[in-house]
Amino acid sequence: MPPSAKAASPALRLEAVGHRFRAGKRAVTALDGITADAAPGAITGLIGPDGAGKTTLMRLIAGLLRLDAGRIEVLGIDVVRDPLAVQARLGYMPQRFGLYEDLSVRENLDLYADLQGVPPAARAGRYAELLHMTGLGPFTRRMAGRLSGGMKQKLGLACTLVNPPDLLLLDEPTVGVDPVSRRELWQIIDHLTRTAHMTVLFSTAYLDEAERCDSVLLIHDGRLLGSGPPGSFTAEMAGRTFFATASSGRRRLQARLAGAPNVIDAVIQGARVRVVTAAASPPDADVLAPDLPDLAFVPTAPRFEDGFVARLRALNTAAAPAARPAAIPNAPVGGNGGGDMISVRHLTRRFGAFTAVDDVSFQVARGEIFGLLGANGAGKSTTFRMLCGLLPASEGSLRVAGFDLRTAAATARGRIGYMAQKFSLYGDLSVRQNLRFFSSAYRLFGGRQRDRIDWAVNEFDLTPLLNDTARDLPLGFKQRLALACALMHEPDILFLDEPTSGVDPLARRDFWRRINLLAEAGVTVLVTTHFMEEAEYCDRLAIMAQGRVLTAGNPEAIKATARTSALPDPTMEDAFIAIIEAAAAHSATEAA
Amino acid sequence: MNQAVRRMGGLLRKEFLQIWRDPSALAIAFLLPAVLLLIFGYGVSLDARNVNLALVVQQPGPLATSFTSQFGRSPFFVTHSFQTIQAAEQAMAAREVKGIVWLPSNFGRRAAAGGGSPIGVIVNGVDANDARIIEGYVQQVWAGWLAAQARESGHAASLSIAVEPQVRFNPAVSSRDYLVPGLIAMIMTLTGALLTALVIAREWERGTMEALMVTRVRIREILLAKLIPYFLLGMGGMAASVAIAVWLFGVPLHGSLWVLTAASALFMLTALGMGLLISTFARNQFVAGQIAIITTFLPAFILSGFVFDINSMPGAVRVITHVVAARYFVAILQSLFLAGDVWPVILPNAAALAAMAIIFLGLARAIARKRLD
Repeated sequence: MPPSAKAASPALRLEAVGHRFRAGKRAVTALDGITADAAPGAITGLIGPDGAGKTTLMRLIAGLLRLDAGRIEVLGIDVVRDPLAVQARLGYMPQRFGLYEDLSVRENLDLYADLQGVPPAARAGRYAELLHMTGLGPFTRRMAGRLSGGMKQKLGLACTLVNPPDLLLLDEPTVGVDPVSRRELWQIIDHLTRTAHMTVLFSTAYLDEAERCDSVLLIHDGRLLGSGPPGSFTAEMAGRTFFATASSGRRRLQARLAGAPNVIDAVIQGARVRVVTAAASPPDADVLAPDLPDLAFVPTAPRFEDGFVARLRALNTAAAPAARPAAIPNAPVGGNGGGDMISVRHLTRRFGAFTAVDDVSFQVARGEIFGLLGANGAGKSTTFRMLCGLLPASEGSLRVAGFDLRTAAATARGRIGYMAQKFSLYGDLSVRQNLRFFSSAYRLFGGRQRDRIDWAVNEFDLTPLLNDTARDLPLGFKQRLALACALMHEPDILFLDEPTSGVDPLARRDFWRRINLLAEAGVTVLVTTHFMEEAEYCDRLAIMAQGRVLTAGNPEAIKATARTSALPDPTMEDAFIAIIEAAAAHSATEAA
Repeated sequence: MNQAVRRMGGLLRKEFLQIWRDPSALAIAFLLPAVLLLIFGYGVSLDARNVNLALVVQQPGPLATSFTSQFGRSPFFVTHSFQTIQAAEQAMAAREVKGIVWLPSNFGRRAAAGGGSPIGVIVNGVDANDARIIEGYVQQVWAGWLAAQARESGHAASLSIAVEPQVRFNPAVSSRDYLVPGLIAMIMTLTGALLTALVIAREWERGTMEALMVTRVRIREILLAKLIPYFLLGMGGMAASVAIAVWLFGVPLHGSLWVLTAASALFMLTALGMGLLISTFARNQFVAGQIAIITTFLPAFILSGFVFDINSMPGAVRVITHVVAARYFVAILQSLFLAGDVWPVILPNAAALAAMAIIFLGLARAIARKRLD
């Protein structure tokens, strides 16, 4: 179909779209008054943190949910009036790709070709094209369940594309997928829009993906916070973004800047602190001079995230007081001298013939924040479980807080605070009950327990929420509560499993501010993440793939390895991809 | 139309591939029937066999000996002689024997005179089922002996034969013969309702249902694509069960095969209707499994007349059994296996099954929406 035929009208039109649902006794407004258009042949990014309403909006567009208010038109067709006609022209890849794991790649393609009415004669050509595009050609007979995360994502995409749709809906296709696959997916999507003139609506919680879209819909708490080309978000931040340096050390610098006048955002990035200001001038160095005599600012280019943070700050100034520069005073109790708090040497873990963790070694010093960065399936969780003493190692030695995990796992565990992915709180219990439960699980009773609960409530601003059930808390508060629970017994080592993936940027900043204070107080922090941004907060990190540590060092040094003349300021993702590709090339030459 | 056929073809092929590759579906359809039949066929028996019985003969004589020898010959009893009734009662209290047959000292005279109660029978009522069965058997033996005596002595049938239990349609009085048909109903309930509800819930859990719904497929095609494969699977399970029952256990099949097939098909549709109906609101396997077990399998087990006789249930419970589809199917099956094509039994029950199939399938179709909320 020639694109000019429909270029006159938007491919997707949302008019005051609203959706409500009931969760138990509460009525939840998932979406409220969303009005936006998506231009034909363009990539529109639907961007927002988890729980913002992205999936709900996708499902409404696909005609899978009841529309409570407003109107949705896809290619000029009203979705409520004729969902089948819309579905005939729509491709939709849900979050888990919608694949049948016990069907092979080819059988999945056949099924979706049948369902989407692709005539048998047209299939051979279409399959060849899709398999070439996704690189799945050699795997057509493999069961979908045995593909890697990145390959599943591509197969899911191929299945939605067997009959080329006019509008393609992709619901968080890049979550948990390794950066190489992520980059390949973006290449495919670019190709689809540029050459096939497909309209794409792409939802993501990764703010850095906004800049790859032609246009962005930024949603937060079910409301549209902004829309337009990503450049319009960064343009309004022009002249307001700086790198700050000082000899006082980046964490102190960050803490001091975060509370300074005119500063709306201060984030550690490598050795420097990235500052966003309210007015188009750097923060007043004279005010800060007493604390930071050699403070210097260098202007830097604004990012999409800066625009989001500025908008969120504008929303929140009325609603909530600015985060106070709290101190977390409990310095950890003693320890076993200076030295390494975590020491991993030649750690290997095999499950049958499969080696999940292969000869991994790293050391983490007291008060250091150390990150394990890798895609799903890289061996991070297995390493983590062994460090927690939950899984014995096949080979190698593991020492945590000076205790050998082979002989003193329980003692070592008593020194560890653990915050699991998705927080593992008791959803049916109130905030107070969760705190009480976790403190007694760490064997705190009587006055000591009361003291620690009071401390947590005070420190994490939980007073107004004490009687709310944990399930109903906003994501950012769940995260705070989970951290409070992990800190109940004043551990000197803190394990964090993907602590801030999917939460909004303010909640993430708030979280890392607390983690930084803990580290300053001497708590050792180990983070696993597949989230490039989280890696920036670490003092040092190790990049893992297929059970091995490919490289380790501080974020600046790791990023520097990818620096070329074409790419003078590489991101962590660029570095990650370069390192993985180098490792793949290395093993290929070894094999040859 | 061509498109719809292609969509159905794709969905059906997918479903059969999944059944073939997923051992649990095949296990429920074919392995479970075999296991259940073996357990019920060999392990569970409601028959009284080798029952320990105390015989107390206070005054031995030819008549007494001729009577007690009847028990010795019976396959149902293992007899133990006691001198006094007190000793026998102690043995019963100690659970060494389940019943006592007591021939008082005037047995010979009273038996000859006819009437009255020449023998005493005491059964342990703790196990009510056993007690009933023993009581029945003793009466049977007693009646048989009286008849034999009458023939021998030339007396006409003027003898007061107090009881004559007639066991028809199951002359061997083998519980296996009536349990096995009931089991077939259980197995088909499992494949039809439980398995179907589970596999649809699995599609919800894995997010594949969401992906299906955005394609051009119609909701009736999704339902039909689940109905057909599991109908065939259930009928396959039924065929396997019948084969095991007839060839391995020697359960007689008096009725005709086509009536059995037709009635089974009707019941299978009812069970599938229940499974589809459950799947319209249960969207994870745990909930679907719980609901299916509680609303289909347990009632089929308890209220269908498969183990427990419906006529001996309290009135209120009897009323409830009318909404248990398995009740009608069990009635048809027992009639087909043990008696034959008894149309007055088969027709009304088949009509009830047909009505239920229409109601359940119709409801499932009416409620199912191509939507997630």
